[in-house]
Amino acid sequence: MTLLFWKKKIGDDQQQLKEAYFTASQGQLIRARFKKNRSAVVAGWALIIMILAGFFAPFLSPYSPNIAGRDKEYENGPPQFPKFWDENGFSIRPFLYTTERERSIKTNFRWVLTENREKRRYLKLFVEDWEYSFIDIDWDLPGKMFDVNFKALTFKTHLFGMDKGGIHLFGTDGTGKDIFSRTLHAVYTSLAVGTLGVLISFVLALVIGGVAGYFGGWIDSILQMITDAIRTVPPIPLFMALAAFMPDTWSAETRFFFIASILGLIGWPTLARRIRTHLLTERSQEYVLAAELCGAPAGHIIRKHLLPSFTSYIIVDLMITFPYVVRTETALSFIGLGLTDPVNSLGSLMQNVSKADVLLNYQWYFIPVLFFIAFVLAFVFVGDGLRDAADPYSHTKQ
Amino acid sequence: MSLLTVNNLTLQFDTDEGRITAVDDVSFEVNSGGVLGLVGESGSGKTVTAKSIMRLNSSNAVYAPESRLLLKLDDGDVDILSLKHKRDMQVVRGGSVSMIFQEPMASFAPAITIGDQMVEQLVLHKKITKKKASDISIEMLDRVGISDADKRFKQYAFELSGGMRQRAMIAMALSTRPKLLIADEPTTALDVTIQAQVIDLMKDLVTEFGMGIIFITHDLGVIAQTADRVAVMYLGRIVEQGTVRDVIKNPAHPYTLGLLDALPKLEDMDAPLTPVPGDIPSPLERPSGCVFHTRCALAEPRCSQSIPKMVALDQQHTVACFVEAEKRGAA
Amino acid sequence: MSDTPIISAGNLSVDFQIGGGLFTSKKFLRAVNRVFIDIPKGSFFGLVGESGSGKTTLGRALLKAVPISDGKIRYSDGEVDYSLRAMNHADLKEYRKRAQLIFQDPYAALSPRMTVRDIIAEPLEVMRITKSREESDQRVRDIADKCRLNLEHLRRFPHAFSGGQRQRISIARSLVSNPKFVVADESVAALDVSIQADILNLLKDLQNEFGLTYLFISHDLSVVAHICDHVAVMYLGRLVETAPTRELFQAPRHPYTKALLSAIPSIDPDHEGAVQKLEGEIPSPTNPPPGCKFNTRCRFAIDICRKEEPRLEHSSKEHDVACHRWEEL
Repeated sequence: MTLLFWKKKIGDDQQQLKEAYFTASQGQLIRARFKKNRSAVVAGWALIIMILAGFFAPFLSPYSPNIAGRDKEYENGPPQFPKFWDENGFSIRPFLYTTERERSIKTNFRWVLTENREKRRYLKLFVEDWEYSFIDIDWDLPGKMFDVNFKALTFKTHLFGMDKGGIHLFGTDGTGKDIFSRTLHAVYTSLAVGTLGVLISFVLALVIGGVAGYFGGWIDSILQMITDAIRTVPPIPLFMALAAFMPDTWSAETRFFFIASILGLIGWPTLARRIRTHLLTERSQEYVLAAELCGAPAGHIIRKHLLPSFTSYIIVDLMITFPYVVRTETALSFIGLGLTDPVNSLGSLMQNVSKADVLLNYQWYFIPVLFFIAFVLAFVFVGDGLRDAADPYSHTKQ
Repeated sequence: MSLLTVNNLTLQFDTDEGRITAVDDVSFEVNSGGVLGLVGESGSGKTVTAKSIMRLNSSNAVYAPESRLLLKLDDGDVDILSLKHKRDMQVVRGGSVSMIFQEPMASFAPAITIGDQMVEQLVLHKKITKKKASDISIEMLDRVGISDADKRFKQYAFELSGGMRQRAMIAMALSTRPKLLIADEPTTALDVTIQAQVIDLMKDLVTEFGMGIIFITHDLGVIAQTADRVAVMYLGRIVEQGTVRDVIKNPAHPYTLGLLDALPKLEDMDAPLTPVPGDIPSPLERPSGCVFHTRCALAEPRCSQSIPKMVALDQQHTVACFVEAEKRGAA
Repeated sequence: MSDTPIISAGNLSVDFQIGGGLFTSKKFLRAVNRVFIDIPKGSFFGLVGESGSGKTTLGRALLKAVPISDGKIRYSDGEVDYSLRAMNHADLKEYRKRAQLIFQDPYAALSPRMTVRDIIAEPLEVMRITKSREESDQRVRDIADKCRLNLEHLRRFPHAFSGGQRQRISIARSLVSNPKFVVADESVAALDVSIQADILNLLKDLQNEFGLTYLFISHDLSVVAHICDHVAVMYLGRLVETAPTRELFQAPRHPYTKALLSAIPSIDPDHEGAVQKLEGEIPSPTNPPPGCKFNTRCRFAIDICRKEEPRLEHSSKEHDVACHRWEEL
């Protein structure tokens, strides 16, 4: 009897599970399918962590990434890892040794760092140091009219620091700037360039692709010609011309804004084409015709049928486009056409790596490169995972 | 021995939702010069069965160890399922067994002329010169009723009409002189007047070439006009097998009977159409025992508990049903 | 059934533009070519033809879903009377309630992003037939019940259903606005035989219950023979023969209809194959032959067939045929 009851209970549970599947909306199905894709989920978490790290970069980094935060006593210094114990005993607070540097005839007149293992320095949490603002808009665009200077959410607290001297988790570069702080800020910059670039190209793509796909006919033909014309513009010569055009007097922020806009302006054709194709296929679906036969106005069809079928694809498309924008910015900065050194972007950090000296003596310069690879990979994996999950017929096809 | 002997073929697919049984303990034989019809609705496993003879199923297919697919060739028998390497499959895929599909457009490469494609596969399988191969191909196109064969030979598939394409496909399949031809719904996409032409053509070709044919279709009318033996499939199992005359005029399995009652017949326009009750179960919820018991009017408790064996009603006619077999005194 | 037609089309033509872009000249394809058709009120009217015969286009033209190039269509169900070509916006809205379409592919016709309830209720909400959500719910439940759908399944999404159930949803959606005239375009062609019979019976039951008039478009003559009371045969955009079903199947007059009937494979294995096989294939509608459209495949074709197009004429009271030689054949 109990066994029978047990069996029935299992049956009920299965019934409930089945009903949950049958009444699951597209969004829920997409989420469920995405969660099954383990690499995409891992990439998703990595991406969230990197985005948060980029956004809270000033709080997480102990030093200013600019020349103001340089450590004059620790130039080209290797990464430092806090320790809990050594031959002199255990400490609850993690510590570092004091470093001393010396340049004399003995060291062939090069700066040489030595550790003094007797003198410990201790790690501190929530230290007060340089000031930063989460909202810091300081545009110095050409002309006086558009200049903006606005700061809000200003703080001085940082997650960690040392009681005396500096801590450099990823080491320092030739001027003593902290590579850890620079990397976090670079992730932020790349995110910002990517977001701005993708937003600009997305708006253009949505308007141009949307009009071409919805109206079709000769409007479509003309817009396709324009799209093709834009696609033929070779990016490298264009950027060389632009680099020559950008005056040296422009501030880092202005250059940044300019580069992001240009990336957006040349990045839209691919996206526009995809939006047009989505629209064309969705429009010819029979359920759209069914709605038209009920006398549904264009607004209803766009709102109820085209847009919902669209949003998942759009999100996927944006996710896939994002790393391309970041990559283009990085590549441009790397060859010196985009953002240059005082600005912390992944590209400008990678530019520092291109010296034989780095390869031989200062390998920690490569750490930002790893971040760049992880960043792009995470986006690609999440984008691919979303794309597979968003296809409503992916598992019926097989 | 028959040309092809299929013994206990069981095939499952590994999917995200678990293992799905597509073919379950299927056995049948095909003789040279004979046409075996495989009839079933969608999801009955008829196409998967045929594809396993060509080993064309996707890589997540798992064959049960006791499955055997024995093909009789001139130089001895071969168990198709024991072939491990791609190059071993060559004997089966190109030379001895050919397949034609429902959608001929999908089987012709769009950017290669029909002639080039025919010559290519002939040279590959028969080790003959290109000149010889194109002679054979044009002769074959002519034989399947394509007018101006040497002109069509130089055309692309999209330049031909649907019926012509299907004829060209048959010509290509037969140019290697296969011992066994698998035809998967070859007339389903065609209009009824063209279908009649293709059926006639295939009947003529069997008498002329004497190969064995497996003819897959969901249309009992087409089967009645083409096949001499028929196997009715439901959810991966063969439920009834026999000569076409026996199965259609004297159906034994309740499913076969249900199919015939549901079929609109021109001979009797006033006969009511009786649907088979219920829906085909999802492959994830395969019924226990007899797979048909969830929709069967004759179902008894034992039908859901054990699987009925194929029982011979007479020499040619077998059925897998407890109730009908007993009623006919064959159990 | 009364003899007054609910739909009456005269000299109806539909052209489609094919090819022709910005710089190339436009070409037209005549999908429906000067068709005269009367569909009696309350009938189950079959329209048969092979692919490319224009039967789908004709069905859609009668629903005013494709632009009509020439001719006139009159709809008259006893309550309203419309001429479809000259119709104001308000009349068209009303006509959408009264004339509906059931699709062929039950997979493509249901939006995967809406629940079954929302799919069935969409016409009510778009046409503002119901005032409140409760009223819509009630009507959706009523029609779903009539279409033998499980009411508990209304919360589900289409992906949960098999082909037969989806077709029932599709039918419920088409009938929820209480139409009088329904075009069923190959509505059972994608279904398995065992389920096809169920849907056909459902369509018949719904006709009796709601007094519907169907235009049942199909390529399958045996289905048409079983369910329809009138049949029209189309070939290359032209109507070649129309008659009550029994008469058409027992005494076909047009050579094409005869060939079509004899081409159906018989379920009886002892039945001899078709006596009169049709040679060749349907010509391309972009380049139709002059004269009778069927002359390229007709073994009775004589000179006049290649020059002059035959008109649809009465051979008996209800039996019309478009052939120069029907009397002698």
